[in-house]
Amino acid sequence: MCGIVGIYLKSKKFEKSLGGMLSKMLISMESRGPDSAGFAIYNKNKNKTYKYSICLNEMSFERFKKEIKEKINFTKLEKNSDHVILKSTLKPSKILPILEDFKGISLVGYGKSIEIFKQVGKPSNVVKKFDLNKFSGSHAIGHTRMATESAITTDGSHPYSTGEDECLVHNGSLSNHNNLRRKLKKNGSKFNSDNDTEVAAGYISDSLKDRNLKQTLKKGLSDLDGFYTFIAGTHSGFAVLRDEIACKPAVIAETKDYVAISSEFQAMAHLPNVNSAKIFEPEPGVVYSWGE
Amino acid sequence: MLLDLKKLNLRSVNEKLQNIDRKKNKRDFVISNPEGNHAVCAGLTDNIDVIIKGHVGYYCAGMNQNANITVEGNVGTGVAENMMSGKVHVKGNASQSAGATAHGGTLIIDGDTSSRCGISMKGIDIIVKGSVGHMSAFMAQSGNLVVFGDAGEALGDSLYETNIYVKGKVKSLGADCEEKKMNKQHKIKLKELLKKAGSNIKPEQFKRYGSARKLYNFNIDNVSNY
Repeated sequence: MCGIVGIYLKSKKFEKSLGGMLSKMLISMESRGPDSAGFAIYNKNKNKTYKYSICLNEMSFERFKKEIKEKINFTKLEKNSDHVILKSTLKPSKILPILEDFKGISLVGYGKSIEIFKQVGKPSNVVKKFDLNKFSGSHAIGHTRMATESAITTDGSHPYSTGEDECLVHNGSLSNHNNLRRKLKKNGSKFNSDNDTEVAAGYISDSLKDRNLKQTLKKGLSDLDGFYTFIAGTHSGFAVLRDEIACKPAVIAETKDYVAISSEFQAMAHLPNVNSAKIFEPEPGVVYSWGE
Repeated sequence: MLLDLKKLNLRSVNEKLQNIDRKKNKRDFVISNPEGNHAVCAGLTDNIDVIIKGHVGYYCAGMNQNANITVEGNVGTGVAENMMSGKVHVKGNASQSAGATAHGGTLIIDGDTSSRCGISMKGIDIIVKGSVGHMSAFMAQSGNLVVFGDAGEALGDSLYETNIYVKGKVKSLGADCEEKKMNKQHKIKLKELLKKAGSNIKPEQFKRYGSARKLYNFNIDNVSNY
């Protein structure tokens, strides 16, 4: 099972309501994934500030604030439930090693525009906890998880982000993730969980060094073995791919203002003007991409 | 009678349609705001007319008997799955496994279907005015699949006795499926099916595909001896 949802805005019309639109989509996919939920939301920053999305796990915000102050010169700390967005103008090469060594917390994503929030629990609770409705942005991707191959934890929740402004959600299962993880580790990739999707995200990050998102996913068709419908996001790109057997569902609705994708149509039934949208199923083995 | 799914819950609507009061002879129903719900009009047994105004989710009109159901929108996975009789008409596109395992009745789809249309069909007539996706009529046992457009990869894989008629291109045939000669009786049957779907296309424009019968675990030539 698992439910995946995503919206890419083609015009500015719905930027302010993006969080609200995604929120309803996630809640209606609760039946497909009641174990955990998460979302990535892209909001372009005009300045050079980087945003680091951090899950505090058991740590208190006060303690984190006190300890991180001594290590990083940040400009702002924004608390949102058990997550924190740390903003800093310092380059990721300086900040990432510090955050990775920081015990007790999990870095769930970073970049100039992306913010990621994910947690165990029912999607309706997760959405409420992070107040997704208040978010605005240019594109957003979400996931509701029915756990199969690894534990129900924050690290086991989607979206996975393994590179700057990158994220991936996945409905399905990969059968060659252990081999692929070993290969990617040799090339310097780092993984935080035993999850198959994290490996696919790592694969995409690795491939994006030499290719764009569309080319990367096309190459993934031969390198990733298993069942999947993927939604991948980058700074300005948004793409969808189903494996060639196409057992995992997906439906796309496209209007002049937005492209929306979800596992089932009911997740999109509330979207503005959806009944006049072009509605289609992504064909197996074909990469659909917008932006970039 | 109008049944608004924004105001009524799905289960009560289905229960109502499954338990028609025959004395009242109310036979026309319209369902509004289906909003992608699953199993809309599943398990109907009476000769009633239902129009669904909008897109629905999975297993719409599943197990249908006798009812005449029209969907003015798209349908999700497994529309009219295991239908026994009656008619289901989808005015939009259908997702995968349309008409799966259905024993009888007629399924008409004005748009396209994705993969596995008519998988394991057992007697239903399926008429798709658009194209069908890969693995359509997989292990299809009986009935007819008519496709006005193209068929995806592995059409009719491991086919039994279903007749497949395709007007467009077939990307590839599945194991044990081959092109067959269109005899007089096939043209008559196809003409009848096309008429059901309100089409004037000539049967001669279609090619017929069926089982090569090499994968059977019994020999059809000896069928009278069983």
